[in-house]
Amino acid sequence: MYKILEARYVGPDIKLFRIDAPRIARKRLPGQFIILRIDEHGERIPLTIADSNTDDGSITIIVQGIGKTTKQLNMLEAGNSILDVVGPLGTASHIENFGTAVSIGGGVGTAIAYPTAKALKDAGNHTISIIGGRSKEFVILEDEMNEICDETYPCTDDGSYGFHGFVTQKLQELIDGGTKIDLVLAIGPIPMMAAVAEVTRPLGIKTVVSLNPIMVDGTGMCGGCRAIVDGKTVFVCVDGPEFDAHVVDFKILAQRNNMYREQEHHSLEECNFEKMFAKGIENQKAEMEVSND
Amino acid sequence: MTELTNKERMKILRHGMPEQEAELRNKNFTEVNFGYTAEMAIEEANRCIQCKKPLCVDGCPVRVKIPEFIMAIREGDFRKAGEILKQDNALPAVCGRVCPQEEQCEQVCVLTKKFTSVAVGNLERFAADWERENVGFNPPKLKDKTGKKVAIVGGGPAGLSCAGDLVQMGHEVTVFEALHDIGGVLIYGIPEFRLPKDIVKAEVTALEKMGVVFKTNYIIGRIETVDELFDNFDAVFIGVGAGLPYFMNIPGEHLNGVYSANEFLTRVNLMKAYDFPNNDTPMYDIKGRNAVVFGGGNTAMDGVRTAKRLGAKRALICYRRTEAEMPARVEEIKHAKEEGIEFHLLASPLEFKGDENGWLKSMKLQKMELGEPDASGRRRPVPIEGAIEEVDVDVAIVAIGNGSNPIINQTTPDLKVNKWGNILVDESTMKTNKKGVFAGGDIVTGGATVILAMGAGRVAASAIDEYLKNGSEW
Repeated sequence: MYKILEARYVGPDIKLFRIDAPRIARKRLPGQFIILRIDEHGERIPLTIADSNTDDGSITIIVQGIGKTTKQLNMLEAGNSILDVVGPLGTASHIENFGTAVSIGGGVGTAIAYPTAKALKDAGNHTISIIGGRSKEFVILEDEMNEICDETYPCTDDGSYGFHGFVTQKLQELIDGGTKIDLVLAIGPIPMMAAVAEVTRPLGIKTVVSLNPIMVDGTGMCGGCRAIVDGKTVFVCVDGPEFDAHVVDFKILAQRNNMYREQEHHSLEECNFEKMFAKGIENQKAEMEVSND
Repeated sequence: MTELTNKERMKILRHGMPEQEAELRNKNFTEVNFGYTAEMAIEEANRCIQCKKPLCVDGCPVRVKIPEFIMAIREGDFRKAGEILKQDNALPAVCGRVCPQEEQCEQVCVLTKKFTSVAVGNLERFAADWERENVGFNPPKLKDKTGKKVAIVGGGPAGLSCAGDLVQMGHEVTVFEALHDIGGVLIYGIPEFRLPKDIVKAEVTALEKMGVVFKTNYIIGRIETVDELFDNFDAVFIGVGAGLPYFMNIPGEHLNGVYSANEFLTRVNLMKAYDFPNNDTPMYDIKGRNAVVFGGGNTAMDGVRTAKRLGAKRALICYRRTEAEMPARVEEIKHAKEEGIEFHLLASPLEFKGDENGWLKSMKLQKMELGEPDASGRRRPVPIEGAIEEVDVDVAIVAIGNGSNPIINQTTPDLKVNKWGNILVDESTMKTNKKGVFAGGDIVTGGATVILAMGAGRVAASAIDEYLKNGSEW
């Protein structure tokens, strides 16, 4: 069991968890992920490690409640436990002093971009972050990004905060304004990553994306996470998750992520969150009673 | 009772395995075989003529004392039979179910010359099941503690067998497993209807009671490297298996509906996707659809029989050679046929075709014929020019084999491997080129059988024991 040390919302149904996992915290590098399973009946889902702390042995993940598992996860509070957490998985981000590095995060993708952006800063890069969301409340980790970036540009689709427009438009604006960019890291929804790749392709700017396909084991055993990169089949869990954006087949990636759309919908409908929530409260009450004794 | 003569023994007919009816079982996941009754087991044991030089023991990769345990069954001392099995085999209830006995102990049984072999596998299963159901955990004698510690990387058949021997030799053993449960291929690969998970669980629990420590969710190479293990351990055994699925590299393999056998079986077995949405892991809805499995081994049979049980309208095996060349156990092929599996032989896939949303719809197959024998001694299938057919299919499962698991190799650069990533060892000791590091099972041989991996685990265990006692040179 892996105990949740801290749980707080950082956006609408977007929750930050600090989990007690000292062995993972000790070894984890930026860009790597974990797989977790909430309980005995749970599925295994991959989540990028947003941060870690070797002093208190914790790792941080940020979760957006979309499907059954992520919604169920977001109902957990500090003091609750997660049955299985395994990692660190995947190969670490390639970090060096590229010069000027732009980290682009779309929605919860900002949480995935954050650790790599931090490492890029530590490596001496001039760091710029462009963090987007549908509206203001979906722009997350602005303070954290601000702290590690020389320039931070929040963007919203509806103009409710920061730059009014897509992250790609902001990127284009920077390029047009004469900013010389040596590396772009783009993490977010597939259409966003594909669009960033098209902005940088004609200019030949090295662009890296982090893929988040469906996985089971995360150790190269199931092949469910296979993607087409540069015309070849790769296993994202062991060969990635980061790849050169200009040679990723985003169309196939998007199609494969739809594999269980019907089942996921069914699972979410079947799931009685009120009942689960009530049970969660009961468990917590029981815990409190025990601690009061 | 008067003692039977050998001639009389040989006249007894081999007892078949009682099993669920095919039309019933192809819709459920409960075990196909029921196992012998005590009467059947004693009668079958009576068929064994107790050879003075038993060839069956040589035919067994872990050298189970076969005539001795069969004699105990004959005498009705089932407890003793179980004890004899455990001396050489950490997982007898598993092996009684999944070993290819017809190529091992039973193939060399002297009775096969004139009659049919003693049903060694069925008897092994009987004795192990009887012990589990009637005695529970029957602790073997452990040697005095040596104070030496061994790390086993991988909780599959090789690691479990190695752990079982080492703990009995008095060493402290810790097994590190990447998944959330112990058993490796026994829990993610082999389906419930062939090997109930409770049986694996019971055998693992027995090892735990003997003192083996199991650590799940613990990926060696990521959390600790092999080198770092030596901070706390005196020797390391690597049994991480061959689990990296091969694909066929044909167009359309990325389509939704195309699975590796590993993924398909892991979802159903380990993650219990057959019971969705009670379990959260989904599986493509196969009911009323067409499923095809490529390959001719046990994994292919497991895959196709699983697809049938999930409600496939058509479940077929597609294999580029003929049935005679299939590596699967004879029983699996027989069971598959009884359950309504179609065998599409001498056919090799050329391409998968999908709809505009990326869903698999059909496949193009090249018809083959057998030509000259190849390096493996099997006749090589060659394409018949122009003989191409297209078949409707919604789910395709690729079961053509696995490469070695990559993480240990990636993170232990000085470990010598061949071009396929198999770890190179001295076969008599399972020693690798790294001091104190031994390896065995599929990571050394490439995809093979449970029992061969267990055999390697045993060879390694005695070499590790020797190394720990004498600190022998490397």
